[in-house]
Amino acid sequence: MQFYLFHLMPYADLDLSAPDKYDSAWVTLPNTYYDPKKGHQLYNRYLDELEMGDALGFDGLCVNEHHSNAYGMMPQPGVLAGSLARRTKNVKIAVLGRALPLLNNPITVAEEFAILDNITGGRFIAGFVRGIGAEYFSWNVNPAFSHERFHEAHDLIVQAWTRPGPFAFEGKHYNFNYVNLWPRPYQTPHPPIWIPSQGSTETIEWASHPDRRYTYLQTFSPIAALAKYMAQYRDSAEKQGWQASPENLGWAVPCYVAETDEIAMREARPHAEAFYQKFLRMPTEMLLPPGYLSLKSMQGVMRAKAQMQSGDKSLEAVMKSGMFLCGSAKTVREQIIRYQQEIGFGKILTMLQFATLPHDLAVKNMEIFARDVMGEIRKMNVSPALAAAK
Amino acid sequence: MSEPKTYFETVEGCKTCIMREGTGVPLLFLHGANGAGRWLPFMADLAKSFDVIVPEHPGFGRSDTPDWLDNVGDLANFYLSFMKQLGLEKVTLVGTSMGGWIASEIAVRNPSRIEKLVLVAPAGLRVKGVPVSDLFLWTAEQTTRNLFHSKELAERMLAMPLSDAEVDIAVKNRVTTARLAWSPRLYSADLEKWIHRIDLPTLILWGRQDALIPAVYADRFHELIRNSKVEMLDNCGHLPHAEKSAEFVAAIRQFAGEA
Repeated sequence: MQFYLFHLMPYADLDLSAPDKYDSAWVTLPNTYYDPKKGHQLYNRYLDELEMGDALGFDGLCVNEHHSNAYGMMPQPGVLAGSLARRTKNVKIAVLGRALPLLNNPITVAEEFAILDNITGGRFIAGFVRGIGAEYFSWNVNPAFSHERFHEAHDLIVQAWTRPGPFAFEGKHYNFNYVNLWPRPYQTPHPPIWIPSQGSTETIEWASHPDRRYTYLQTFSPIAALAKYMAQYRDSAEKQGWQASPENLGWAVPCYVAETDEIAMREARPHAEAFYQKFLRMPTEMLLPPGYLSLKSMQGVMRAKAQMQSGDKSLEAVMKSGMFLCGSAKTVREQIIRYQQEIGFGKILTMLQFATLPHDLAVKNMEIFARDVMGEIRKMNVSPALAAAK
Repeated sequence: MSEPKTYFETVEGCKTCIMREGTGVPLLFLHGANGAGRWLPFMADLAKSFDVIVPEHPGFGRSDTPDWLDNVGDLANFYLSFMKQLGLEKVTLVGTSMGGWIASEIAVRNPSRIEKLVLVAPAGLRVKGVPVSDLFLWTAEQTTRNLFHSKELAERMLAMPLSDAEVDIAVKNRVTTARLAWSPRLYSADLEKWIHRIDLPTLILWGRQDALIPAVYADRFHELIRNSKVEMLDNCGHLPHAEKSAEFVAAIRQFAGEA
């Protein structure tokens, strides 16, 4: 199993009454709640935490893209990835991912990712997403064209990476007379592509196409949904004539480890609850604007996300559903191994800082996780995924 | 209440649902974002003096969603083909909200089959500094409350349960509305450039308490369409045909009868 350290870079100093007052931590939450002096501290602190991940032996560091919100301050993740590219030597660096349909010129991402791949000498992993629904409000991009634009932008970027330029690209949304990427990517034919998703049937079928075989990442989902969508990926691959391996499947989950179960729950509680109750808060209309999902997928996701969008979001509830891993190293280790064996993912992407979790606890969490969870699981050689990873 | 003939007609490759009833000169009614799934009392009333034709736009209700449908201009071109195929002439063209936007785009392109134009709280233009409300952030319940001025009427509407099929159609209508009108919201810079070409007699009807497209937008349409007049309805929200149907029908009858 491979271990990745995923940071969301939340605005940890958020006035926690604000998301309730505005019914959202996204789109309409006034940026007067953001203090640049605190932001200066936070960005540097978070980059330090990610850089620690290199020393602690994680396989990779992950950043992502979200706009106009307190949940994650990385509207332009390439800036953060660029900083990490020079300050790390061993880990892979993943941008998971850029929201392609938002772009009027997807070549910008082809260029940005190619630069990162060149600087790191091939330590770069490319992630492509559609963004969450809120992004379509913030960037005023039509959600009804989201799928069309995603596929067209993806095709354009991969062609820009792989076809000798200059060539013309003739699409519906994107048209270029001279696609001619300087620099070309370092890795051949191009950096690995990962697809984070929340369980859209179209995305799973598309990612598992034999021409792509992209790594599928399930984010913020109850274990039941994780199991379902990973099985769906494997089934879809099989129907399309190939066998998916654990390498093709990853799970992104926030996690807190401490000396004992009791200490872990006590220390994590206010921050985990702020994460699910405040930082992720938004109305359904904002999360799922019309056209963002097909009707079929929308029903599927709504069922899977029922617990996240409504109802009980206490620490106990999110732990029970498997949306948050929390406990002693032994507890968390056993949980990961059990889920890994049941579900068959080969990559785990842990968020070891979340919401308001302060630096000292985040560092303690990272150190215990790296030594007693990641380190021990690597030694145990329990899963078929392990051989492939090492 | 009279019952319309409901049938499908394939126009520009799109199977289109049409409700039609009444005798007289043709009145083509273009619905707004919420669709036109039911034959409503105001339609029956108009059918006493008009040949009332109520299509469901491509992408809405029981009509197909054609591959070519990307923007309101596509619907305007579609309706030019529609009027030609049905042999409609001397049409009183009535459009409400997004239907008013479509009607304006039709009249800019080719007014030859149109006698008179009625724009009911139409979308399509912009008054800078006075944004339209973001209907895409409204819940279904908020939408009903915001579209009607009368609280009693809104409550009555909310008390009527939707069937599963109606819920499916509401989702379909909302998706098509986003496709046509998300960005820029309910506005076309091209329409703003060319709407002055409309020289048909035009009646602009607006609810004074419109919470989606503020009543000040009536002035903008009036300013740009030289042969237009504005009639403002008191105690009325964004849907005058539903909220003030008697006044709505009377205004259209009178306007149609004017020389």
